[in-house]
Amino acid sequence: MADELDALLKHPGEWLRGVGPVADIVMSSRIRLARNLEKIPFATRATDESQAKVLTLVKEALGRVPSLERALFLELGGLTEVDRQFLVERHLVSREHVVNPEHKAVVIGEGEAISIMVNEEDHLRIQVLQSGLSLPEAWAMMDTLDDELSQALPYAFSPEWGYLTCCPTNVGTGMRGSVMLHLPALVITKQINKVLHAITKLGLTARGFYGEGTEATGNFFQISNQVALGRSEDELVENLQRIMKQVIENEQSARQTLLSSGRVQLEDRLWRAYGLLKHARTMSSVETLDLLSAVRLGVDLGLMANGAAPAGGNGLDRTAVNELFLYSQPAHLQKLEGKALSVQERDAKRAELIRKRLGAKQ
Amino acid sequence: MVCELCKQSQATVHLTEIVNEQMSELHLCEACANQKGAQVESHFGLADLLSGLSDFGKTPEVEEVSSKACPNCGMTYEQFRKVGRLGCSECYPAFKRSLGTLLKRIHGSPVHVGKSPARAAGTKAAKGAPSLPELKRKLEKAIKDEAFEEAAALRDVIRRAEHEEHQKPKK
Ligand SMILES: [Zn+2]
Ligand SMILES: [Zn+2]
Repeated sequence: MADELDALLKHPGEWLRGVGPVADIVMSSRIRLARNLEKIPFATRATDESQAKVLTLVKEALGRVPSLERALFLELGGLTEVDRQFLVERHLVSREHVVNPEHKAVVIGEGEAISIMVNEEDHLRIQVLQSGLSLPEAWAMMDTLDDELSQALPYAFSPEWGYLTCCPTNVGTGMRGSVMLHLPALVITKQINKVLHAITKLGLTARGFYGEGTEATGNFFQISNQVALGRSEDELVENLQRIMKQVIENEQSARQTLLSSGRVQLEDRLWRAYGLLKHARTMSSVETLDLLSAVRLGVDLGLMANGAAPAGGNGLDRTAVNELFLYSQPAHLQKLEGKALSVQERDAKRAELIRKRLGAKQ
Repeated sequence: MVCELCKQSQATVHLTEIVNEQMSELHLCEACANQKGAQVESHFGLADLLSGLSDFGKTPEVEEVSSKACPNCGMTYEQFRKVGRLGCSECYPAFKRSLGTLLKRIHGSPVHVGKSPARAAGTKAAKGAPSLPELKRKLEKAIKDEAFEEAAALRDVIRRAEHEEHQKPKK
């Protein structure tokens, strides 16, 4: 089990490569589908037997799903707590999914673009995660995968109400689309609340870096929409993509304002963040997110790429910064070290990892 | 904006639900949102909806089903109203009447217009989205029942379905 996870540890998921449309502002695009199996009780009425049955059915079906060739099937009950946390940090499973790990599983596709939570609130929560603003591409991949799964498993579906879900708010398409945005300029120029307010008026929700119910640290905002019944999947995707483009334009113009009206102050702020990251001896997760956000802005604005050590040596490109976001998280640090670490030990190890990756001499 | 729970910190997490063009919002600070976590995410809105439903739940038909149980999993409508979650796929047909009203309030539309498993199998009419004649029958009935909102929604669906027919053959 752990061997398979150690293989994942070697590389970040595809979605963290920092490529794709407007990857300077959009970290990732995600589509999630809720799917259930006919007649088998939902989480509310589930028994040990019914959950075991879902696991068996899904495991057996995998061989008949071409999109999931070479996918991993991991039962969460058989993993250590650090390994489960590791999956959360990689955005492969939700926080709720690891709370009671018994009878729960995750299917992880190659490159981590696809993952399926088994026995979450719904029998299946299928996810496609891609780098950049790529909702239509993510949906295309999802559509194919979902078609394949629907031929391998008896989906609960009603012609009138669509895909039947545990919670009636998800019924219909069972779909939720979301985009992770990096909006530091809107935060610095204090326009972020206005923008978030406008977004909520359109029925969308905004959340922090780790998804549902978490704080918006490091200027990362996860914005998602969901109108499950009465709209087609394509409409939902187009609608979210369109609104995201407007938010992105706002961020772009705020970045231009910062550059034109206070470039020295901005550069000072970003280089100070870089200095701290490169030399500090202890570093908390929250501080790391904030400082990395600043460095990422500097890289994305082209303010930092040439200033430091020669390219390749200073760790200052988007992919490298993205990797730091991932590897500086608690479970990743502990897996890299190969042992459990206290909070103090982690803060020291985190600072050390960042210094190394940013090419500090000591 | 100040957090609605602790009334101290700045509210940075905004949750919204739109029901029948009425918007309700919950503004929380990060700490409170964190604490409430998934609870807020999943229950906000639905709880309101369900309590809203109980106001006009005095109508005979809703009372009639409250003790009715799903033949497959045994959940009653009363239990569903407490937890806000259904018990299995067969709860949907079992609580069809009350759920229909609820789903319309949540989603603003009574019919699914997205993809279907049957489309994947290449037999659109067999089990998947309602066929055009079927939709037109529903429309006629809606007009007869003077359910104009539903009729308007159905008309949109039919228009789209007809449009799609023209755009074949794909899949
Ligand atoms: Zn608060
Ligand atoms: Zn049931």
